[in-house]
Amino acid sequence: MHIHQYEKLWLGMSLLLIVGFIATITYGAVGVGVSMVDDSGGNVDPNSLDEHPEFSDPGVEQVGEDEYEAYVVARQFIFQPDPIVVPANSTVTFYVTSADVIHGFAVVGTNANTMVIPGEVAEITVEVNEAGEYGIVCHEYCGDGHHTMEGVLRVVPEGQYNSSDGGEQ
Amino acid sequence: MSVERETFADRYPEEAELVRRSFLVAFTALGLGALFGIIQALHRTNVLRFIPSTDYYTVLTAHGVLLVIVFTIFYLVGLYQWAVTRSLDRSPTNINFTRAWLTLMTIGSVITGLTILLGFVDQIGISADVLFTFYAPLQAHPLFYTGLVVFIIGTWLAGVDWFRTWLHWKQDNPDERIPLQTFMVLTTMIMWYVATIGVAIAVLFFLLPWSLGLIETVNPLLTRTLFWFFGHPVVYFWLLPAYMLWYTVLPKLAGGRLFSDPLARVVFVLFVLLSTPVGIHHQYVDPGIAEGFKFIAMTNTMFLLLPSLLTAFTVVASMEHGARQRGGEGLFRWLTALPWRDPAFTGMALAGLMFAAGGFSGMINAGMNINYLVHNTIWVPGHFHLTVGTAVALTMMAGTYWLWPQLTNRRLYSRPIGLLQVVMWFGGMALMSNSMHVAGLYGVPRRTAEPQYAGFDFQTAFGSIAELNVQLAVGGTLLFVSTLLFLGNLALSLGNPKVDGLGQTLPEPLSGPDDSPRVLDNMKLWAGIALVLVLLAYALPLGAIVQNGGLFGTGGDAYPVSVLGRFDPGVGLDAVRELLGVGR
Repeated sequence: MHIHQYEKLWLGMSLLLIVGFIATITYGAVGVGVSMVDDSGGNVDPNSLDEHPEFSDPGVEQVGEDEYEAYVVARQFIFQPDPIVVPANSTVTFYVTSADVIHGFAVVGTNANTMVIPGEVAEITVEVNEAGEYGIVCHEYCGDGHHTMEGVLRVVPEGQYNSSDGGEQ
Repeated sequence: MSVERETFADRYPEEAELVRRSFLVAFTALGLGALFGIIQALHRTNVLRFIPSTDYYTVLTAHGVLLVIVFTIFYLVGLYQWAVTRSLDRSPTNINFTRAWLTLMTIGSVITGLTILLGFVDQIGISADVLFTFYAPLQAHPLFYTGLVVFIIGTWLAGVDWFRTWLHWKQDNPDERIPLQTFMVLTTMIMWYVATIGVAIAVLFFLLPWSLGLIETVNPLLTRTLFWFFGHPVVYFWLLPAYMLWYTVLPKLAGGRLFSDPLARVVFVLFVLLSTPVGIHHQYVDPGIAEGFKFIAMTNTMFLLLPSLLTAFTVVASMEHGARQRGGEGLFRWLTALPWRDPAFTGMALAGLMFAAGGFSGMINAGMNINYLVHNTIWVPGHFHLTVGTAVALTMMAGTYWLWPQLTNRRLYSRPIGLLQVVMWFGGMALMSNSMHVAGLYGVPRRTAEPQYAGFDFQTAFGSIAELNVQLAVGGTLLFVSTLLFLGNLALSLGNPKVDGLGQTLPEPLSGPDDSPRVLDNMKLWAGIALVLVLLAYALPLGAIVQNGGLFGTGGDAYPVSVLGRFDPGVGLDAVRELLGVGR
């Protein structure tokens, strides 16, 4: 097969570019430690979330020094709890599941972003630094009231956080 | 000389009629889809609203399904019917069979299309506001899925028809290489057969029985994964007819000939092999799929860049060759020697340019961990309006300007209007997709009727959301006007008198098929390897999903639950018993 000289050069550079992309992503995963949403959250029955030890009363709990777990239920057309309140300068692991259809969970302006699929629990860990309010949107179409489905993540200064109320301020 | 100017319609009147018929369906869908497009652009940006926001999703579903399923695929089957007939210089083995699959596809589209549109009429109780992706447990009326099945069976039979024509040709020409256009058709269809396995299983075994009430629940992650098994390769099903036009028609329009026939074949074979084992890259942020499977899908996706990068080379090189044949000189000055007044050429060239931009945003989507930033934001529609919405749609419109006179023996009504139309599409899409990409980076979600949320604002680094909205609305309006110009130009062309001598020929490539290894023509081999690659990429993740969540899921109700016309087999049985007078 006759391949023109320029074509060979282009082919080589293309392959180099592709390998380069894969290398940067591998570095992001292994070097920087960007971990993906995966199957670590496990499965639940979406019809019996009210019997689940955590999702029956969704909220935030402290699990270590500066470490928190936030259980969130997405359902047409709300997030529970709302607002989700966590202290600044902490590490928060979100466990998000759906009580009905597929939803999305994205903290606007950050890369905290996951799909919420009934039967599956999405687990994402984020470092929360500065105090402030962040909007949360459902970014997957979930029915005709989809555009009303929003929530708030409120990051309060460390001193003002009251762990006993489950973050439901 | 008169034989050389003979058109396709002169030589194959019945086939030309069928090509015109499939284009008619395609362009009807294009017009309706564009109408729904402008309604969305104006509603989302709050410029003009005349539907309730709850109806927005009916509009969105209709826009998606009509454009990416009906418009693109009916154009594809028309173009491919032309290409097979032309390049083999042979009629279908049985033209009634050809008529049958086209009819089947049309019936399927009408059923699904009507089911979606009935969503506007609440009283009837039939709806399918499930978007193009129809993720369970959002549920559509059973007719929605039925229409899809009928449509897909139609496309399968189209492939059977083309393979059969080729096999008969091969008996008469045992030692000849497959002509390039037929090669492209056959490889595209192998890819399509592999790709549609996923959606066929999802619809036939899960969604349709579930919508009929025969099974209680489905596993949403399983049907979603099966959807994307099909949902990524389908984008290449839209793209490959555009590639066919770029490889075989664009070089001629530019004044030259294709650079390399063998490499064109290699590109199509690469699409057969690589386009299916990548679907999980649409699920980077899905729970329930292990990181390793996502990584494998990511590497496969990156290698899928190769055929597109090779195409970029060939298309530009063929254009340059054409320009130099026309007397173009210099490092870049040859660009001025190209036939920019020809709407067919300019449309395809601009489509190619936008495809490059769409390719770059695609590379970002494919970046597993970068995807977190843009997943499900309006960045994604920004990306695919450059690829399918411009690279494919604009190439198809430009190709029509060249092909239409040969299918009808009538001249185009106006070339200047055609030129204005393609340039307007380019400008409108530049504005609209730019604003979509930028807004997506700030987190504005896709698929929502009202992106102005009550509880918070989106923060932009420069400019403002209001300015991006204006860009989107103006861009969308230009696109709508451009579609009207296209459809109007074609409709007016039908009023032109019939003339002789509108036929066009396609020149032989610089480097012909004899330069390529014969193994490229071995369709069975490529189909086999493609299936093995699919098995490697999907067997384990699908197995894990079923193992964790069960074949029919862990529960979960359908939504909306009150779809009228839900078929309850128990009630049906009772009615029969009553009619027969048999006691219970």
